[in-house]
Amino acid sequence: MHAEAVTTRKAAALAVFEGLPTEPGVPKPDPILVIDKVVRRFGGLTAVDVEHLEIQRGSITALIGPNGAGKTTFFNQLTGFDTADEGSWTFNGKQLKGMPAHRVARQGMVRTFQLTKALSRLTVMENMRLGAQGQRGENFFRALIPGIWRRQENEITERAEELLTRFKLAAKREDFAGSLSGGQRKLLEMARALMVGPELVMLDEPMAGVNPALTQSLLGHVKDLREEGMTVLFVEHDMDMVRDISDWVVVMAQGSVIAEGPPDTIMSDPRVVDAYLGAHHDAPLSAEEAEEQLQEAEAELESEIEEKA
Amino acid sequence: MDWNLIFTRAIEAGIGTEAVIYALAAIGLNIHFGYTGLLNFGQAGFLAVGAYGLATTIATFGLPFWVGIATGIAGAVVFALLLGIPTLRLRADYLAIVTIAAAEIVRLVVRSVALRDTFGGTDGLEAFSDDFYAMNPYSPGEYGIGPIGFDHRTMWVLTVGWVLVALACVLVYLVMNSPWGRVLKAIREDEDAVRSLGKNVFAYKMQALVFGGVVGALGGFLFALSRAATQPDLFSTEITFFAYTVLILGGAARVLGPVVGAAIFWLLLILVKTGMEEAVNNHVITFISVNQVGSINYMLVGVGLILLLIYRPQGIFGDKREIALDAR
Repeated sequence: MHAEAVTTRKAAALAVFEGLPTEPGVPKPDPILVIDKVVRRFGGLTAVDVEHLEIQRGSITALIGPNGAGKTTFFNQLTGFDTADEGSWTFNGKQLKGMPAHRVARQGMVRTFQLTKALSRLTVMENMRLGAQGQRGENFFRALIPGIWRRQENEITERAEELLTRFKLAAKREDFAGSLSGGQRKLLEMARALMVGPELVMLDEPMAGVNPALTQSLLGHVKDLREEGMTVLFVEHDMDMVRDISDWVVVMAQGSVIAEGPPDTIMSDPRVVDAYLGAHHDAPLSAEEAEEQLQEAEAELESEIEEKA
Repeated sequence: MDWNLIFTRAIEAGIGTEAVIYALAAIGLNIHFGYTGLLNFGQAGFLAVGAYGLATTIATFGLPFWVGIATGIAGAVVFALLLGIPTLRLRADYLAIVTIAAAEIVRLVVRSVALRDTFGGTDGLEAFSDDFYAMNPYSPGEYGIGPIGFDHRTMWVLTVGWVLVALACVLVYLVMNSPWGRVLKAIREDEDAVRSLGKNVFAYKMQALVFGGVVGALGGFLFALSRAATQPDLFSTEITFFAYTVLILGGAARVLGPVVGAAIFWLLLILVKTGMEEAVNNHVITFISVNQVGSINYMLVGVGLILLLIYRPQGIFGDKREIALDAR
């Protein structure tokens, strides 16, 4: 039954994208996040300039692009970690521009970081508990009376244990997060983000610095998010991973979205090839052209030899 | 050499008024630096605000004792807000710069000639502690065990002081073992991660700054009351640096760290000082004079702090494993 659910969710997500044009900013049937004219400049450099972009609810969308395309900066704008110079974006119809990062997270849009931010000198369990929202004991005066928040704390701990078991971190629960390996920290960060109870999970390079053995398990966890009804937007460089798990791919280059499309065909889109390799790259030679070039070169060589003789 | 005198003085200092004042100052710093990671280099300012809030209200304006206490606490809260609003959104180093300057501003304002009628200039204020000593339940005389003893006034200051220290420790223990304290510790580790989890980092840092500042102001009250006088130059930056030494000696982010740190700091300080004085007076040490002992003592404090940071950065109560996590 579970397998059936998996296929239907994936199929449902793919069906939505069936036949959509691959133009940047193409409208989606049920967007959770709608972005309009977001611009971020650093002095004279325009790092982000996105005209229009919609993220489909319940799908896994990949955001790719060459180094320096502005993917992480764009992420920072959307999540309130940096202020955009212009533009507006709505999450579930709610305007997010100018909203501080912690309130964005409370709306249900939770991000992770490219450089993992495990809270080193807190235990794995404390890391997890921190993610829970609406904690009564987070008020100074209520904190003084454990009776007020003890029950809620137990519920939070229970939820955290379930997630830790799922992410195979249960054995580490009392270890300092700083003692975990790079891959385990990524897992912890993702699990901690889930403690917030997000609708949209934004993963900034979830595979960076993860050893290949853990990659499969991480991929599985990302797919699970969709199966649970969450929307995933992630930045990634690893094209194999993008092809494996994403339902839709958005390509950024030099701050703008240049193309969108399904993962199977997007990499052969000429705009994307141009963005990755440069517009004036050498196109592959046809057999005739190659033959022609070879003859030219030989003729040149022969004439040189004759001159010397 | 009178070893009896040396040890008596040292133990008296270890449980005496200085130890209490520095314990409170360091408990405040522990909330700022140890738990939240705020680099407050202006703890002396919080003590000064507490002391002068109390003294000015009573000595200058003739208001009752408890109004003075309330003014001192309110002053510390306002001082924390003033420091925090412009700096807590910035990186930690800015707070360090602003706090060290702000503490000096407080000292120079209460010292200024223009405000001499209010704050008493360099002479400071006195005649504000009568109500406090009127509440003294100890009848006049000496109290103590064996050679260690205090007069009735000091006994009263120490009783109030250690009760305040105990209360502050209980309070710190309770909040730091709650979800509130968890957010503070998380902020110390990484602010952005905490933000991404939906916590208002600025509000928490402000609460920590106010809380630690008020505890520091309690130390200021005792400083003023124990001397029955307050002078601006008592509140120079060395208070802050001694408080940091006390905190690191005891162990940062540990409830009892600052308390034990303060006791040991003053015990050792007076032990070495009295020991050197005795040695000079008895011609055991001949190459320095008694007048030089004080300076050399403080040099030894500096050397001690350096050695502490090199060989035991986690302090007495700290956990070496935690410190090691920093070197990622």
